[in-house]
Amino acid sequence: MMEPGLYHMLFIGAALFFIGIFGFLTRRNLITMLMSLELVLNSVCLNFIAFNKYVWTDKLDGLFFTVFIIAIAAAEAAVAIAIIIHLYRSHGSIDVSSAEDLKY
Amino acid sequence: MKGETLVFYLLAALTLVSAAMAVTTRRIFRAAVYLLTSLIGVAGLYFWMRFEFAAAVQIVVYAGGIAVLIIFSVFLTQRAGDDMPAPPSMRSIAAAAAALLGLGLVMLQLVNHNFPTPAVAEVDRSVSAIGRRMLATGDDGFALPFEVVSLLLLAAMIGCIVIAMRSKPSQP
Repeated sequence: MMEPGLYHMLFIGAALFFIGIFGFLTRRNLITMLMSLELVLNSVCLNFIAFNKYVWTDKLDGLFFTVFIIAIAAAEAAVAIAIIIHLYRSHGSIDVSSAEDLKY
Repeated sequence: MKGETLVFYLLAALTLVSAAMAVTTRRIFRAAVYLLTSLIGVAGLYFWMRFEFAAAVQIVVYAGGIAVLIIFSVFLTQRAGDDMPAPPSMRSIAAAAAALLGLGLVMLQLVNHNFPTPAVAEVDRSVSAIGRRMLATGDDGFALPFEVVSLLLLAAMIGCIVIAMRSKPSQP
C-alpha cells in the first residue's frame, strides 16, 4: 500500500461525491435525498481541507471555507426539514412524486 | 506499514462503505445511522490531517446537530420499521452508470494533473490563530463572511419558524 497523500484524499472526496449523486438520483423520499446532499457537501469540505493540507500549506483559506460550508449546510438542513414537515402535514407523505401540484 | 497509514485506510473504508450503505439501504432509520457513521469517518480524516478545529466543528454540527435533526424528522414523518419501496432497476442502473462515469472522468483528470508540492512551513493552526484570522478585517481576514453567515443563520432560524408554524384556520 502506498503512503497516503493528496491523491488519496481527492479520491475519497470524488467517491463520496458520486455516492451522494447516486443516492440523489435513485431515492424518491425527501429525507433520504437530503442525506445524499449532505454527503455531497461533505465531499467538498474534505477536498478543501486536503488542498489546504497538501498544496497551500501556508494559508488557512481551506479551513475557513470548510467552516463556512458547514454553517451554511446546517442552515440549509434546518430549512429543508421545516419544509419537509410542512409538506408531510399538507400531503400526508414526503415522497417527491406525491407533491406534483404545480405539474399540470 | 506504519500505524498512521493503517489508520488512514481504516477511516477511508469506514467513510466510503457507510456512505454507500446509507444511499442503498431500504430502511430509512438505518440510512440515517449509516450517514452518521460516514460523517464521523470524515471527521476522523480531518483529525488524521491534523485539522483538529475542522474535525471538532464537523462532529458538533454534523454528527451532533444535523444527524439528530434528520433522525427526529424520520420519526415524525415515517414508520421507521417499514422498508422503503425499491427504486426501479432501470433507474438504479442509469444512476450507477452516471455516477461511475463521472467518477471515472474525475479520476482521469486527477491522475493526469500534477499539483505543486510546496516546501514552505505549515501555518499555525491553533484555535487562537483561527479566531484571530476569523475576526480580522485586513486582506487575510474573514470578518465579513463571518458576519454574513451569522445573518444567514438568523434568517434560517426565522424562516424555519415561519414555514413550520401551523397556520390558524381562517375565521369565516
